[in-house]
Amino acid sequence: MAGLQSQDFARISATTFRPPDVRHDFEVAKLIDVSKCIGCKACQAACLEWNNLKEEVGINTGVYDNPHDLTPNTWTLMRFTEWDNPDTGNLEWLIRKDGCMHCADPGCLKACPAPGAIVQYNNGIVDFVSENCIGCGYCVKGCPFNIPRISQADNKAYKCTLCSDRVAVGQAPACAKACPTGAIVFGTKAAMIEHANGRITDLKSRGFANAGLYDPPGVGGTHVMYVLHHNDQPQLYANLPKDPVISPVVELWKGVTKYAGLAALGFAATFAFVHATIARRNEVSRAEDREAEHLIDEEAAHGRQGQ
Amino acid sequence: MLHDISRRQFLRGAGIGAGGTAIAALGFGGAEEAQAQAVRPYKLARTTETRNTCPYCSVACGVILYSLGDNSKNATPAVIHVEGDPDHPTNRGTLCPKGSALLDFIHSETRLKEPRYRGPGERDFRTISWDEALTRIARLMKDDRDKNFIATNKDGVTVNRWTTTGFLAASATTNETAFLTYKTVRSTGILAFDNQARV
Amino acid sequence: MTNSWTDIKNTDLVIIMGGNAAEAHPCGFKWVTEAKANRGAKLIVVDPRFTRSASVADFYAPIRQGTDIAFLMGVIRYLIENDKIQHDYVKAFTNVSYIVKEGFSYQDGLFSGYDEAKRDYDRSSWEYEVGPDGFVTVDETLQHPRCVFQLLKQHVAQYTPELVERICGTPKDKYLTICEMISECSARDKTMTSMYALGWTQHSKGSQNIRGMAMIQLLLGNIGVRGGGMNALRGHSNIQGLTDLGLMSNLIPGYLTLATDKEVDFNAYMSTRGFKPLRPNQMSYWQNYRKFMVSFLKAMYGKAATPENDFAFDWLPKLDVPAYDMLRIFELMHQGKVNGYFCQGFNPLLSLANRNKNAEALAKLKFLVVMDPLETETARFWKDEGVFNDVKPEDIQTEVFELPTSCFAEDEGALVNSGRWLQWHWPAAAPPGQAKHDTWIMANIFLRLQDLYRKEGGAFPDPILNVHWPYRDPADPKADELAKEMNGYVVSTVTDPLDPTKIVLEKGKQVDTFGQLRDDGSTACGCWIYSGCFTEKGNMMARRDTSDPGDTGAYANWAFSWPANRRILYNRASADINGQPWDPTRRLISWNGERWTGFDVPDIAPTAKPQDVGPFIMNPEGTARLFTRGMMRDGPFPVHYEPFESPVANLVAPKIRGNPAARIFKEDMAALGTSDKFPYAATSYRLTEHFHFWTKHVWVNAVLQPEFFVEISHELAAEKNITAGGWVKVSSSRGEVHAKAVVTKRIKPLICDGKTVHVVGIPLHWGFTGAARKGFGPNSLTPFVGDANIETPEFKAFLVNVEPSNGPAVA
Repeated sequence: MAGLQSQDFARISATTFRPPDVRHDFEVAKLIDVSKCIGCKACQAACLEWNNLKEEVGINTGVYDNPHDLTPNTWTLMRFTEWDNPDTGNLEWLIRKDGCMHCADPGCLKACPAPGAIVQYNNGIVDFVSENCIGCGYCVKGCPFNIPRISQADNKAYKCTLCSDRVAVGQAPACAKACPTGAIVFGTKAAMIEHANGRITDLKSRGFANAGLYDPPGVGGTHVMYVLHHNDQPQLYANLPKDPVISPVVELWKGVTKYAGLAALGFAATFAFVHATIARRNEVSRAEDREAEHLIDEEAAHGRQGQ
Repeated sequence: MLHDISRRQFLRGAGIGAGGTAIAALGFGGAEEAQAQAVRPYKLARTTETRNTCPYCSVACGVILYSLGDNSKNATPAVIHVEGDPDHPTNRGTLCPKGSALLDFIHSETRLKEPRYRGPGERDFRTISWDEALTRIARLMKDDRDKNFIATNKDGVTVNRWTTTGFLAASATTNETAFLTYKTVRSTGILAFDNQARV
Repeated sequence: MTNSWTDIKNTDLVIIMGGNAAEAHPCGFKWVTEAKANRGAKLIVVDPRFTRSASVADFYAPIRQGTDIAFLMGVIRYLIENDKIQHDYVKAFTNVSYIVKEGFSYQDGLFSGYDEAKRDYDRSSWEYEVGPDGFVTVDETLQHPRCVFQLLKQHVAQYTPELVERICGTPKDKYLTICEMISECSARDKTMTSMYALGWTQHSKGSQNIRGMAMIQLLLGNIGVRGGGMNALRGHSNIQGLTDLGLMSNLIPGYLTLATDKEVDFNAYMSTRGFKPLRPNQMSYWQNYRKFMVSFLKAMYGKAATPENDFAFDWLPKLDVPAYDMLRIFELMHQGKVNGYFCQGFNPLLSLANRNKNAEALAKLKFLVVMDPLETETARFWKDEGVFNDVKPEDIQTEVFELPTSCFAEDEGALVNSGRWLQWHWPAAAPPGQAKHDTWIMANIFLRLQDLYRKEGGAFPDPILNVHWPYRDPADPKADELAKEMNGYVVSTVTDPLDPTKIVLEKGKQVDTFGQLRDDGSTACGCWIYSGCFTEKGNMMARRDTSDPGDTGAYANWAFSWPANRRILYNRASADINGQPWDPTRRLISWNGERWTGFDVPDIAPTAKPQDVGPFIMNPEGTARLFTRGMMRDGPFPVHYEPFESPVANLVAPKIRGNPAARIFKEDMAALGTSDKFPYAATSYRLTEHFHFWTKHVWVNAVLQPEFFVEISHELAAEKNITAGGWVKVSSSRGEVHAKAVVTKRIKPLICDGKTVHVVGIPLHWGFTGAARKGFGPNSLTPFVGDANIETPEFKAFLVNVEPSNGPAVA
């Protein structure tokens, strides 16, 4: 990893190398307070503009969600759910900003076979390094939140960077800065948890007895967290997983197959491997690829853990 | 006053160097190399900031227009990014989905860039020069006014009105445009004068 | 807004009714979320649809569109019945105790003086009883049968919770919960803020909707206080400014008015203005009218305005009708009586009621001039766009000019926000291509016209030849020059009459305030309410001081707020009759025994004793009006009238269709639909992803909400066999549109007087230009009916039919 100080990284994909655990300042987090969100999509607009992304003009399919899903260009998306609360008889319009959760224990990174294509900085941000990406799609399968998308244009994976370029100069992510109601806030993870606690107290005083912080332990906690009015039922919010965990298959793949495959090539040949893989679309490990995909799909078919 | 940049001067003048303190503060300690490799370069590090106001609703959020070029003689500035003004008391840096996408308004493909004219019965516009357009408009106005101006009503009261030509003023132009428009329109005696307050 | 966006953080209760602030004004709405998070404030939303504002509300109740007055009068009834009135406030600052003249009456939906043939009232009986001293007579005990309190109590008596439910479709229990929440704000230390917008104005009785809530706010003591007020969330960025500057048919800058034919000269004109106080000691600020008017005429005509020619008063046009508002202009255009038309940044083909009529009207013009930064449908009304604009260009003889203008990013100048802040902005780039600033375009059209009159002569050229044009480059007036003109300046030096060596006002200097304006021609001022915005100290609108002493949200040194940099109007009313704040934790201004001090510029003279001078200085009473005298065309109290197109009969006055004093032309009356053919109650609105017809040109916004749709309930969808995401045809008696169907739980059928009423929601934003998909707008369907007072079209309540369709027939 020429030019990168290892002390800046917590993890790097497809390497056995563990960075020395010396520089551990504090972690950043983005907190999304769903109870304050008005679903205005300013975050979507700000994300597209900041990242110079051009999404297609779609169609209306009978709902407010546009685009209809995350794409290689849409890294964040408002998902709208109309829910009749059986306890109160009131309609609730639950609007969740979807996007990368920046897991402390990132399934994408663990699944990634391309050295240095996915990195986790010490501050918790999980970033995709496009030049190292081979477009295999394992990150998509490894993600318990179904976030990364592979671009048809360059066959690389894309997702929210938590505006690592802005954070690097001391600014909040574009979505957080734009958010008109302050539903999205950004700071150290400790500060965000404290902020969330204040919000939860307020929500409980307004009758939301199960208000709480979504910071799922199954992925080691996340650097994007939600305040939910109904934290006991996160799946109400457009199927936010209740107890997300990294698929054991990914853990297995990471532990044995992936490094076995890479070891065969030799660590020094990493860059050759990467180039070859990009050029020939995973030919080298096609068999392993299929095997792993099969296992992961099987896992997915059984549903996510705890749901 | 014109380019009052206050506390974000570091982004422009001192650039990333001064931002380094913040980098350390957010867990990117000494990460300039990392940034060079993995993190996209901060795109506003060398832009000029201009204070403006969002042209849409009447919340009137403060915006900062980031432009390429420093207004030196041989550099044509172009706005490359728009963001909320953190100093503005009302929006405090936030912007709605319209405000957040103002850049695409400024550079919209359907922005008008030349005067156009469509003659009677014609199926399309054609380009004309400003001089041609303005001269023709003034002529059409004068002919209509001379023909239909009412100096006195049937009771002999001076009324000085012109009701066969009308003017709809916008709702997003500046006060200064509005005042000049008022002076010119009213001096001709136009009464059919309205704005977009209602719709 | 009487208050400001940032002041909303001081409130205890927000009621959003007649608007949808979260969607239409997201960044202003932030102050609602701040009040909720930091003060524990509650949010009530009342709307036919469960909007994005409702999604974060503490309490939501549905209401049938066009029935707000019944709801609001019912709230007043509740407040009176439960004695939830801020008595000290109401007694001191309203006309509650004033006696109304004998002869005033109300029966079966009509007030005294109605003339059915004219659709208008003789309003002479809607007046106070005046005593021999020239002042209004009062009954402090409020027992006199003709005192305002008794008349009001009697007027609202019929609006029982049961009747409100039958009219509005709002379930009684929800309605009573809201009444109770509102009534708590009658306490001295509780305030409610009302946030409304076009959801209240776009009705044939829009002005009375707003009056209804203003009356509630007065009864609760919530006007003039922090966290209170009547807050009109204006639509466009400078619609406040354009209205302040009088760009309307009957206005002169600063809310002065043009003369009518009856006011034959300046003296006759002045005789009906410049009101004398109706109660002792009151300021009755319009007594200064003549100073503002003469100073305006000096700004307009310069040296040509002299005392001898009444400052060229006659050069201004006089009105033969109350107003040439947009509805009337298009009616005249439709009759072939208009030849030329200018649209400066305005898209009436899609914005004005009844698109078919608009299109027919425009086709009768000889010439149309459009100035805009973007392509507009109006500039292309003659263009064949298939089903989206089905016209034959060869039949349309109109000459059309499309002139490219700069946009905000290339402009310099001030915009006035909802809270009356004049904020300066600077250009970041030059206009693209050959685009020009609007000021350049207006100047160059005008100079050419002036030149023609100079060379050729013609109809009464005097005002055109003599308009005051003092700009450095006559062909390109600059923003600072125009701003200084509006602020006002000294034309000729004024000395102290007692000491002629002492200069009071020096020639050529900017005035500091409208208090310095004079009626003898020695001052000029383009817009008196803006005085103070650009003084000898510089451009006050460009100030950027973010300090906020007392954390009041006033930001007194940020930009400039008219009038006189006042941030909350009627702020005198934030303190009791002795000048002490109603709520010491939210002091705004208070009396220290000698003068008023605090965080805002007082309405009244800083040394005016609190017991003497009332806060409502523009009213000759000095108080606010629960009863409006003759000011409103359709009655001194609001009355529930059904929309002109309604699914149900008017329960209060069954014989009356619509507002009996509303603006409607004969042909348009005939084009009204009825519920047998068009059974569903439709309403139109904006979506948060878009701004009017502009953002369909903006790629990102086109992505966020790409295609025209209508919203209906699951119940109606099932009844009509409509699927979500499928096509529907929506028709009214004036036209039809094709749209995608959004089928939602957020719209539920209402039960009104036992009848099921289905609501159909129709957003605007789509047309046939721009980046978004081609589509239609609600104005293909809406009626050509205007509010009785300000002619705002009834866009919010009309009748339609809805059927499944195969979509627009695109070739």
